[in-house]
Amino acid sequence: MHNEFKVVEGDFANAGKASSEIKKTLKQLNIDNQKIKKIVVAVYEAEVNAIAHAYGGTIYVDIDQEKIVVVVDDVGPGIPDMDKAMTKGFSTASAKVREMGFGAGMGLPNIKNNVDELEIKTEVGVGTEVKMVVNFQ
Amino acid sequence: MSESFFYHALKIDHKICYGCTLCMRNCPTEAIRVRNGKATIYGNKCVDCGECYKVCPSGAVYVAQDDFDNIYNFKYRVVLMPSVFLGQFSEDIRASQVYSVIKDIGFTHVIEVEAAVATHTKLTNKYIREHEDRKPLISTFCPAVVRLIQVKFPALVDNLIPIKAPVDFTSIYIRKKLIDEGADPNEIGVFYITPCAAKIAATKSPVGEAKSTVDGVLNMDTMYNMVYKQIKQHKEYDKTVSANDAPSDSILFALTNGEKRLTHCKKSFAIDEIHNVMDFLEKVENDDIEDLDFLELRACDESCAGGILTCGNRFLINDRMTQRARKLADRERNGETSRRKEIHSQEEFLFANSSVAKIMPRSMMVLDDDISIAFEKLTRIKEIEAKLPQTDCNVCGAPSCHALAEDIACDEAKMSDCVFMQRNLEMRNSLKVEESVEIMKKIWGEEKIKDYVLKK
Repeated sequence: MHNEFKVVEGDFANAGKASSEIKKTLKQLNIDNQKIKKIVVAVYEAEVNAIAHAYGGTIYVDIDQEKIVVVVDDVGPGIPDMDKAMTKGFSTASAKVREMGFGAGMGLPNIKNNVDELEIKTEVGVGTEVKMVVNFQ
Repeated sequence: MSESFFYHALKIDHKICYGCTLCMRNCPTEAIRVRNGKATIYGNKCVDCGECYKVCPSGAVYVAQDDFDNIYNFKYRVVLMPSVFLGQFSEDIRASQVYSVIKDIGFTHVIEVEAAVATHTKLTNKYIREHEDRKPLISTFCPAVVRLIQVKFPALVDNLIPIKAPVDFTSIYIRKKLIDEGADPNEIGVFYITPCAAKIAATKSPVGEAKSTVDGVLNMDTMYNMVYKQIKQHKEYDKTVSANDAPSDSILFALTNGEKRLTHCKKSFAIDEIHNVMDFLEKVENDDIEDLDFLELRACDESCAGGILTCGNRFLINDRMTQRARKLADRERNGETSRRKEIHSQEEFLFANSSVAKIMPRSMMVLDDDISIAFEKLTRIKEIEAKLPQTDCNVCGAPSCHALAEDIACDEAKMSDCVFMQRNLEMRNSLKVEESVEIMKKIWGEEKIKDYVLKK
């Protein structure tokens, strides 16, 4: 089952569309509630990351009987130092973004804690692709 | 249709219902379909919130109640009266007059439900202190909210506080008091005046409990009529009867903020009206709100003052109750009445009978327990939905195109129930007009279609 959602730069007001749609689907599939919560948190974080840092992008969601795969693909600045980005508390978010309650530097570490597989492809000046996998079993 | 988990007090009189679809369109859990021209409730999706009752233009939705004469099966006839009942009466009618008249119409004892609020609050605060790890904790006071969480937010079932409602404590207390005074337990009948359908349903099949604590439920509007008639006919009443079962800070418990005010929490919310509650639970489920301690959630706007069986405007009811509490607080301050009530002497006994069994999730979202079947159904729903017109016209007898898609995937409806599909199939010669008419008859009944055919 395939689904796509557009990510618009700076549109925090509409963040969470993808994760709430995913939640509804997973509830219908009788996926464990704790697992749903983790997926929702991870997807939301990744979506907010793309809204905050990139110039736009797309979220691709693929669900089958074994797993959910979510890819957040953005056109943006890329991540110059992956190790730093994975450090709790490190953030490059602008003051404006922080004022809105985002940019605490918990994004990527938080995603990592909530998914089974995390794969990040990034190219400075081009964009970032964050692939998350959660197995149902 | 699968068997129903719940008893429902909300019923539809098919002799009156003419299939206007208003209830179906307003049901927050999409629990209603039109079949054979009449609204029909899906038992497992209905949470007894009463939205259908509120919008029904013909009075076809009704709330089943026990026969009043059942009270005469008992020698001791106790009525448990919620404070909200007193709020139905205009300011010139005193609480003690209502108490007195209730005795005139057949009861031997009257006690205000809120008498047990202090006991309930102590237990709730203790539970909250001892369950830091389960936050946010959610009140179980509103039975419609409990069912809503069971069917739509099963992930939050463990956050519900498993403590009986004040009405149960009051019932247990009065029963014990009468037995201690020498009454035969079989001769005691305890009846509850309910402001809503959810309380009836909860009493008939209590969530997480084997047996109800009351013997019968009387609808608030019926009781209002009986009491008001007496008041109108007999100006005199027994002035020695006192209306003094609950202290001032307890009698507002059933109003919005009533619980929140009494609960010792840093971050808590009091939210009323079922759509507001659903929006908020969606956020809670996503862990969107940090450090949340406690939630008071009520299905009705203005909480129990807005119950579907209350008489009169909910804001006026709220105001009368608030005024009464204020006057009572003044009397407490002046030492005219004590805040400590007789029920406190039985607190240990009530504590020992306070808990309810585990509340189970009853998800109505799950398409099948087997993930591969659920996945198949979900795939079908998406395929079907893509073909439907997305007009949510209700002509298929379902509240939305999405609901029809789900019904079709679960074999409870057919693609050809959609009027757009019918035209489509007719055009391709896969469906005869006569067959379309038959389909419409099944959904809308013989009458509506017969007229149309004859005119042609």
